[in-house]
Amino acid sequence: MTTTVLDTEAAPARRSALVEWLTTVDHKKIGIMYGASAFIFFLIGGLEALIIRAQLTGPEGKLVSAELYNQLFTMHGTTMIFLAVMPLSAMFFNFFVPLLIGARDVAFPRLNAMSLWVFMLGGIFLNASFIFGAPNGGWFGYAPLSGREFSPGINMDFWVIGLQILGIASLAAGVNFFTTILNMRARGMTLMRMPMFAWATLITQILVLLAFPVITVALIFLMADRVFGTGFFVTAAGGDPMLWQHLFWVFGHPEVYILILPAFGIISEILPVFSRKPLFGYSAMVFSMAFIAFLGFGVWSHHMFATGMGPLADSFFSLATMLIAIPTGVKVFNWMGTVWGGSVRLATPMYFALGFIAMFVIGGLSGVMHSVAPADLQQTDSYFVVAHFHYVLFGGSIFALTAGAYYWWPKMFGRMLDEGLGKAHFWLMFLGFNLTFFPMHFAGLLGMPRRVYTYPAGLGFDIYNLMATAGAFVLMLAFLVFIWNLIKTWRGPANAPADPWGGATLEWTIPSPPQEFNFGEEPVVTGKDPVWTARRAAGVDRLPEPAHVSGKGIHMPGPSWWPLIVSVGILVFFVGFMLPKFWAFPFHPVGILGFAITTVGIFKWAYEPVDAHATHH
Amino acid sequence: MSSAAMDHGHSAGGHHTSLPIDNRKLAIWTFIGSECLFFATLISTFLIYRGQSVSGPGPKDIFEVPLVTGGTAVLLFSSFFVVMALNGAQEGNRKKLLTWLSLTVLCGMFFAGMQVYEFMHFYHLGLGYSTNLFSASFYTLTGFHGAHVTMGTLWLATLLKDAIKGNLPPEKSLNLEIAALYWHFVDVVWIIIFPVVYLMSLGN
Repeated sequence: MTTTVLDTEAAPARRSALVEWLTTVDHKKIGIMYGASAFIFFLIGGLEALIIRAQLTGPEGKLVSAELYNQLFTMHGTTMIFLAVMPLSAMFFNFFVPLLIGARDVAFPRLNAMSLWVFMLGGIFLNASFIFGAPNGGWFGYAPLSGREFSPGINMDFWVIGLQILGIASLAAGVNFFTTILNMRARGMTLMRMPMFAWATLITQILVLLAFPVITVALIFLMADRVFGTGFFVTAAGGDPMLWQHLFWVFGHPEVYILILPAFGIISEILPVFSRKPLFGYSAMVFSMAFIAFLGFGVWSHHMFATGMGPLADSFFSLATMLIAIPTGVKVFNWMGTVWGGSVRLATPMYFALGFIAMFVIGGLSGVMHSVAPADLQQTDSYFVVAHFHYVLFGGSIFALTAGAYYWWPKMFGRMLDEGLGKAHFWLMFLGFNLTFFPMHFAGLLGMPRRVYTYPAGLGFDIYNLMATAGAFVLMLAFLVFIWNLIKTWRGPANAPADPWGGATLEWTIPSPPQEFNFGEEPVVTGKDPVWTARRAAGVDRLPEPAHVSGKGIHMPGPSWWPLIVSVGILVFFVGFMLPKFWAFPFHPVGILGFAITTVGIFKWAYEPVDAHATHH
Repeated sequence: MSSAAMDHGHSAGGHHTSLPIDNRKLAIWTFIGSECLFFATLISTFLIYRGQSVSGPGPKDIFEVPLVTGGTAVLLFSSFFVVMALNGAQEGNRKKLLTWLSLTVLCGMFFAGMQVYEFMHFYHLGLGYSTNLFSASFYTLTGFHGAHVTMGTLWLATLLKDAIKGNLPPEKSLNLEIAALYWHFVDVVWIIIFPVVYLMSLGN
């Protein structure tokens, strides 16, 4: 089916590919750029992990200095959370939420582009710190350690300001996707007919909207302490370091659900398709996810049992934390109920999805162990905790994101990934992951602390560290296989059908990759799993391959430079806080310039006619 | 969500929306919800650090409550003025729109000016940003509120410029409605800040 898609006579001039990507407001292109940049950051974070593991292979490691080690583990954590897992989830939000709910784009396409550019510039900014001295105070930047007195260098300035920049991207995306999902659903798609990934996105955005303002304020305080000499977290001035911990974890605990709920959503899309059976207990899945998010705001102090909050606070946060096991258990049993009795097809996405369930349950169970305050006192700040959160973040989030990549790759690029390489990827990742992180439980229970750059021989840690390092290199191999898979299939023909898996949701009703306007005709939905409903109604096994349509009369928003310009302005503004005092200026002129660019950009943006360069079809 | 509402929701541009509310209006409500947490964190910190400064000056030494009471009244009246302006915009009543919107912008400018004067006054009395915990938490909280007032004033002034040029007809009144929602929110936050920061310092 070869039909000219773009009606070129309406476009003012043929733009180069670079300009097209820099000015795009298409949620699919933005999603691809989120994915590509996040994957690069993921590889950088992985490289940091490999250096960490190489250093810890045996006792008295000499590969890196203590200072560089501090930078590596701080940047590894910060990168994996803010520059890998969150934006990889954002890739799927961007590309698939409009498709899943039957929309032509997000509610605010230019704001969406701005989120992408602010994220990308913030990520580059954070990684540029390696030239000057990377952040070295841990991913939760505990004050007063992260204050000027104990971290005098520029290192933690990069961390504070980098996170502040990334927060803007997350909040803008939060407003955008919350509005999109509530307001841009196809006709007939009530909330309780939405695909689970749309639900997961909606709930994740609520968490972002309520948690990120708190870290924003905490970072403002820390920045004021560092730049203007205030005493928010300086004990000599009467400041309370516990305030930092509370504010950080009021954000930090919802943040871990921001990392895992999208994974829940992806898994809930994949399991039914490869079990050829609707999701078991749809409404229980929705409500349990909402309940997890709600409870997520009432458990933050379980990260702080060792600070001595007293028995009342400890008991409250212990019980609240244990309570989260209930809705999480509901989800795990419903996933198993979905597969149970299904006509299971073991393709690569299903491998990763099943792997996710097993690994996430292990991480979830060690999480329940942490909820017991006396036990946590033994485990806190040890490798047991490192093992736990890698089981939920790698065994959970990364397994699910990889499952999603194999599942949705054909829709994004019109190419099937190689099944043989995909399964090799799975087995290497599954074995490498467990070899790396399972021994850490034992090292931790034997007393090996987190964040140490080396350890003496004879404490019983040696064998577990050796295993972990070997596992880390197996993981590297797994991702090399994945990259080889991407390269190999990229060279092959783009011949993926619209619906390679027999999917249930709307994205499978349109060509792979979708046309710019997504749906030639706006879909109308009459129930859950609309494709399966349509197949049953037509009495067929597969719907006919959809044709490319001319899309005449469909009106899409035009490209714009302003999101990129405003993002650059925001970056330059924040850089102003890092520069030394300049002459009599109260604020560095570079920062003032950034502020000016941002302000002018916002005005130009607001008055830019949306139709200025619109593509008419 | 009833399907009836889904079929009847339309934005100003005539696009179909699932809920009977325009995208931009839903977005500003969402943003306001998020901003609540921003100010809640600032206000909580101010309260936690109340009386914790190890050196002076403290609030009792420097606060000018009558001045701020005046500013508070002006800001609260501006919330009423912007409603009148919106009413004028929806009716297409140019005179009403221009009168009340100008008054709103003036109120915003007055409040921001009052705060600049207050900050300078405090600074001359020896209360710099990093003087003590009180000064740091006070200036951060009220400073960010002031920045919100300034942004809101700029936003409303931009709409005033549109209105003067005749670019704010009834079918575009949503532009003003959204700015007004934000303006009300900034006022509501001040209704909390004023007693918590100023009036409570009058007591013990």
